[in-house]
Amino acid sequence: MMLQVENLEVKYGNIQALHGISFHVNEGEIVTLIGANGAGKTTSLHTIARLPPPEAPRVIAGDIKFQGESILKTKPSDVVKELHLALSPEGRRIFGNLTVMENLKLATYARAKDDDLNKEFERIFDLFPRLKERRTQRSESLSGGEQQMLAVGRALMTGCKILMLDEPSMGLAPVLKYDLFRKLKQLNEEGMTILLVEQNANLALHLAHRGYVLDTGNIVAEGTSEELLGNPDVKKAYLGG
Amino acid sequence: MKRYSLNILLVVFAIGLLFAAHFRIIDGYIQIVVMTIGINIMMSTSLNLVNGNMGEFTCGHAAFMCVGAYISSILSVFCFGTKFGEPLLPAASVVIVFPIILLIGGAVAAISSLLVSVPSFKTRDDYLAIISIAVNYMIISAIENMDFVGGSRGFQGMKDTVWAMTDIFDGPWMLFWVINFTVFTVWVIRRFISSTYGKGVNAICQDEVAAEIMSVNTNKIKIINFMVAAGLAGCAGGLYAHMIGYVNPQSFNILKSTEALVMVYLGGMGSLSGAIISAIIFTGLLEVLRSQAIIDGLISPVTFMFPDWEPSAGVIKWVIIPLLLIIVMQFRSEGIMGNRELGDVFPKLKKFYRFK
Repeated sequence: MMLQVENLEVKYGNIQALHGISFHVNEGEIVTLIGANGAGKTTSLHTIARLPPPEAPRVIAGDIKFQGESILKTKPSDVVKELHLALSPEGRRIFGNLTVMENLKLATYARAKDDDLNKEFERIFDLFPRLKERRTQRSESLSGGEQQMLAVGRALMTGCKILMLDEPSMGLAPVLKYDLFRKLKQLNEEGMTILLVEQNANLALHLAHRGYVLDTGNIVAEGTSEELLGNPDVKKAYLGG
Repeated sequence: MKRYSLNILLVVFAIGLLFAAHFRIIDGYIQIVVMTIGINIMMSTSLNLVNGNMGEFTCGHAAFMCVGAYISSILSVFCFGTKFGEPLLPAASVVIVFPIILLIGGAVAAISSLLVSVPSFKTRDDYLAIISIAVNYMIISAIENMDFVGGSRGFQGMKDTVWAMTDIFDGPWMLFWVINFTVFTVWVIRRFISSTYGKGVNAICQDEVAAEIMSVNTNKIKIINFMVAAGLAGCAGGLYAHMIGYVNPQSFNILKSTEALVMVYLGGMGSLSGAIISAIIFTGLLEVLRSQAIIDGLISPVTFMFPDWEPSAGVIKWVIIPLLLIIVMQFRSEGIMGNRELGDVFPKLKKFYRFK
């Protein structure tokens, strides 16, 4: 097990957002967390990424283990640097006044000095050829889909072992959405482990190997994608009949 | 050629200025104005590092200038003055020791910046502005209550150091140091901003959380950025103290900080060339409007209507400059340069120089 979350309980101020959830991600898997708004999907990712305040949720019980070791005491910047857990945040949050290339370069903060960066840039540009075309443009001038590609590319540039994606399909046209998910599939086939949080449960379950269904801070169902897609409750609540 | 054109131009300009000052082609007054411009350039570019590039809002920059001014003044009096007893160092070493004294002043100012940068881990914007004002007051009143540096009466005796320099060679030494340190400041800031750390500073400005996710250690970068800015302001303070030969804690109060703030916003946030240009314009304007004749000319339409009214330049200056500021903010709220550099505004200039 690469990443393991055990009985995690977190609070924002006085409000408890997660009531003891447990899930795990194996190497080479795509795991998805699905659920309605406010179910605690993003909170889970933020807790794993150890985000700084004010976004930071406070852990009151439970543990997060990466390759068997607790990461609750790790500094946020070290989560990427030492554990190689990269988060592509909700709403993309790219650096608008930097160029595409500079955005990607910024992510290399996490890397050892002697890494071959050119090869990495080539890898990102192979995956997202559009970014190569636009690499000298300011990233705020990109379209929504391109910005999302950049956000994913930027997370990949950190040299991560687990890629955590928060709502990558938000605000994308269906064609772009499918395109992006195909790219994620391709990444996974190259060996990337992915933890995906999605509103679009149908799409997410078709991509993922396994899934967990969250509801108001609890895990209400889990299993392989086929099981969840066939589960009548999940179908009714999240897949539209 | 392109690579060295700017450096050559700078050297020619500096040598020309020094020669003109040495052979009394420009008098002492102009020299003081030029030195003030240099010090203001140091202040505005270093504040720009925090307020422009990092997007934090601090308005207590004069506090660091104050620390630098006092530390280097005390050191310089200890080393070369007679106020605290016999000079510690032979007067001949002054040319080597003086820049070191200034840099020590800067270093102490950099350490004092922790008073602002550590709270900035958790606060931003208006709250950090309040903290920085508080730090400004703290430092000023701390010095006002230190009797051995004269308290609120101020501190003097630094001219001994300057005289020690003129004993070695009779020339415009302070002008020389101001020019050197101004160029040094701009060079340091430019190198810092185009470094990997500088990219991190920019990322913090854009989105602190996203920067943290991208493994930028935001706390470390904030500390470093504040230290560079405060250190350079400290050097500017040291130069100021030695230029005037007298320091008073009240000359580094919130008004001085505001002056630096005005220069940054006038020039454009995050634009190094903007900060330099606005420092020149602002200081120049302050000096030009000091002349009663010019003020009389400017407001002659008004005095024509009210013949009994005889305003003094000192009063009208502080009406005209804020008015200009209001006009600039109204019609060009991003400042003179926006957040662009000179080469971005006039792309043709890029053919002639490279600025690194």
